[in-house]
Amino acid sequence: MFTRRIALVSALGLALAASAVQAQAPSGKVTVVTSFSKDVTDPIKKAFEKAVPGVTLEVQNRNTNAGVKYVEETKANNQVDLFWASAPDAFEVLKGKKLLSAYKPKATGIPEKIGSYPINDPQGFYFGFAASGYGIMWNERYAKANKLPDPKDWQDLAKAPFYGHVSIASPARSGTTHLTVETILQGEGWEKGWRTLKEMSGNFHSITERSFGVPEAVNSGQVGVGIVIDFFAFSAQASGFPVKFVYPTVTTVVPANVGIIANPPNKAAAEAFIEFLLSPAGQEVLLEPGIRRLPVNPAVYAKAGADYPNPFTDPRFQKMIGFDVDKSEARTAVVDTLFDQLISFQLDALKGVTKTLHEVDAALAKKPNAQAKALADEARTLIAALPVTEAQAASPELRGAFTGGKEKGARQAEVEAQWASFARDNYAKAKAKAEEALKAAK
Amino acid sequence: MTAVPTTPSPARAFSATPGQIALALAIAAFLLVFLVLPVATVIYVAFTEKGTSTFTLVNFYDFVRTELFMRSLWNSFYVSAMSVVWASVLALPLAYLTTRFAFRGAAIVQTLGFLPLIMPPFVGAVAMQLFFGRNGSINLLLDDWVGFKIDFMEGLNGVIFVQSVHYFPFILINLSAALRNIDRAMEEAAQNLGSSGFRLFRRIVFPLALPGYLAGASLVFVKVFDDLATPLLLNVKDMLAPQAYLRVTSIGIADPMGYVISVVLIIASVLAMWLSALALRGRDYATTQRGGGGLARRVMRPHEAVLGYGVVILILALVLAPHLGLLLLSFATIWSFSPLPDAYTVAHYSRVFGESSLYIKNTLIYAALAGGIDVVLGVAIAYLVLRTKLIGREWLDWMASAALAIPGVVLGIGYLRTFYGVTLPDGTPLASLWITIVLALAIRRLPYALRACHAALQQISVSLEEAAENLGATKARTVRRIVVPLMTGGILAGFVTSFATAAVELSATLMLVQSNSDAPLAYGLYVFMQSAAGRGPGAALGVVAVVLVAACTFLSHLIVERSQKAKGMGH
Repeated sequence: MFTRRIALVSALGLALAASAVQAQAPSGKVTVVTSFSKDVTDPIKKAFEKAVPGVTLEVQNRNTNAGVKYVEETKANNQVDLFWASAPDAFEVLKGKKLLSAYKPKATGIPEKIGSYPINDPQGFYFGFAASGYGIMWNERYAKANKLPDPKDWQDLAKAPFYGHVSIASPARSGTTHLTVETILQGEGWEKGWRTLKEMSGNFHSITERSFGVPEAVNSGQVGVGIVIDFFAFSAQASGFPVKFVYPTVTTVVPANVGIIANPPNKAAAEAFIEFLLSPAGQEVLLEPGIRRLPVNPAVYAKAGADYPNPFTDPRFQKMIGFDVDKSEARTAVVDTLFDQLISFQLDALKGVTKTLHEVDAALAKKPNAQAKALADEARTLIAALPVTEAQAASPELRGAFTGGKEKGARQAEVEAQWASFARDNYAKAKAKAEEALKAAK
Repeated sequence: MTAVPTTPSPARAFSATPGQIALALAIAAFLLVFLVLPVATVIYVAFTEKGTSTFTLVNFYDFVRTELFMRSLWNSFYVSAMSVVWASVLALPLAYLTTRFAFRGAAIVQTLGFLPLIMPPFVGAVAMQLFFGRNGSINLLLDDWVGFKIDFMEGLNGVIFVQSVHYFPFILINLSAALRNIDRAMEEAAQNLGSSGFRLFRRIVFPLALPGYLAGASLVFVKVFDDLATPLLLNVKDMLAPQAYLRVTSIGIADPMGYVISVVLIIASVLAMWLSALALRGRDYATTQRGGGGLARRVMRPHEAVLGYGVVILILALVLAPHLGLLLLSFATIWSFSPLPDAYTVAHYSRVFGESSLYIKNTLIYAALAGGIDVVLGVAIAYLVLRTKLIGREWLDWMASAALAIPGVVLGIGYLRTFYGVTLPDGTPLASLWITIVLALAIRRLPYALRACHAALQQISVSLEEAAENLGATKARTVRRIVVPLMTGGILAGFVTSFATAAVELSATLMLVQSNSDAPLAYGLYVFMQSAAGRGPGAALGVVAVVLVAACTFLSHLIVERSQKAKGMGH
């Protein structure tokens, strides 16, 4: 009750301040395209309409990709005021296509950075309003039934007990998973990062097509462990699902963003919405059980429970790696396509060889055998091999293959076919080595 | 053998009247504006060289050379063919028993057997996983009792299982309509000549119902071939439709391959339709006598009744398990890794109660309008194709059928591209009006209604129309007074299929919904199903959708039964 009252008072204060500053108070309908679920948008809509009377928030729910596409296709006669989604990449795309307009928020109390990630776009085209970290979520009942240990780090997921129990969304389809993959690659380095990713992938049960597919499968116990963004786990816990979540050592916090579309039909109300989101009242709504995101205003954490993760004080978050947005942006398409061609579309082969390698390890644990060990290591090296180096991945020639636009050059399908056959051959060779190792070990 | 080769008699040589030509042109224009043009704005990329806009076929060469795509193509064919087989296994007994025998509750069985087609997006899959998934109720119980699990929903076999359960109603509904239309005299004649039992079914009844069966089977084949939702929900990516979708909606959006796959899908669909038409060519399925109103309904002997009801109940239990799961989910508090939910609540219904009335209203309006447009177009196209000699009339059929193969997102983007620039006097874009959603739904569901109408018209003897015309009726009057009334069953089958599937369609809708006040149920569902707390309310909304469509379906079955009774059919 107490917090509610404070929220109300500060909201009123904000509304008054807003109307005092602007000669004309915002009014009418403000349209936002968002990828956020109803559980997130409904409470915020309610609080916003209360704080800024006379404005109605029209929520158009689309997944991030469809939202970007929609804004792009309708730009000639734009009817949308705001874009509101998690993945910073989507905003970079919109910015690159000149579909966002710059703004300078008046809200105070929000620091420059969260962890080591800048909260706002340096050019002022979009603004972080909530932070999220990536990690591992698991179903306790499932873990108990299948005798899974509690995972702590990415490498744990590559271990034998987790074989067939892990799920992830395809990074090409889910902006948040893309960031997870990129975080691992940046944190562990290109070669080692891919090795970790492929070793984990050998244990995957499935690679889902949408972000929410992973928490949904873990919630309902179809899959034991999922690689997800934190709020999926927190809101599931708040709804009563028997799930747990952990931040691994190599991870990062990244802000979820909001930005004004270029040429908005209701600019005043769009700005009012951003001011509201960044105000203490708006930030507090994020603490609601159904939402559970990390506010970007450190002061707001005073109103959260003691066990609420606080990226501004929690030492775990301070250790988190710096995330290089430009590096990520330069190779987005290449990383996603590599993941699809080397892992998603070759998953059965990768799982097959991983299973044999787990068997080899089990045999070696009982009875060490140098020859078998060497063969298994050779197999692992074959699996980890990459068709492109880090420098090539960011090269203009390769990027050109995926932009489809103006320049001639290699076709996406051509490049993909090369990578796919590279992976297929290597996994087949690795499988042969692994089987040899298994024979030697037994 | 009743399927006799047709002999073109001079009386059958219809020449096209100006009215027919005008009708054909109007339909062609409609399809051109609302189907071909929007889709063309998106998929022309398939035929252009990268970086330039010169025409090329190199992308198709890439398609053939890529192992993944060829594997996907083969998988899609395999899964579609197997789904037709299993869907037939499920549909045949239900259709035969409910139309051929005096079967109590036939209308209920027909309605229940139709339900699987109405699987609300997302939440349906969750419910199915909770029941049949690798840690679903059945597998958890199996593991407990006998110590092993069955992979109902893994890999290609999982897709076949889900697809045959999901789409067998296409066969059921079309086959049932066809069986009802068979002249009783044919059967009696065969019985008088000593045929009975299975032989009667195999040699007389089934061949006469073949147009209906093939209409359903070809729909199942094409629908499974083009469906992307089910494989993606089961995480099967090496099939063609998911490949197209994955590319069009992610990194491949600028790449021609996604659109190349779309073109391949369209060609395969049209090919399948053409093949099913070929199978019927040169035979006449029409029967003149309509007064009898369908097959004689036999009364089952006690042991037959036990067997019959047993089979029906078994099939219904299997195909309705997902809906039972959905119902449980909508009342469940937490359901996770356990055979049944932890506890039950009605809170989810109270949460969706307030807003669902708006969604329901929109859904009913959109789906009914779309279904209406579809049967009107369906009857018109079927008539032009079967009863006139207009040049290129089959193209209307193929064009409309191709809609089945076009991914919803492609159509959605095409609509935005084509109609967003067109504005009303006050500046609102044409594409932002809800009528656009109706048109998109109508186009996407047109093939269903078209197949049903086509099959119905095939079973009507042209001599009835000739008789009417000889008595002085005009062509228009003949259509109105003779053709359409005789096609009622097929038209209703078509309307119900289009209506019901339009009511739960999402992919194109998601691109076109402009405001919450214009949103249909499926959109509301989607919005709920993106969060853990939304699962229960989403399921509740799903139940509302299913009940709604089921009620409409049941109503139309009652109407069919009544109209047949009115025609003087007795036992």
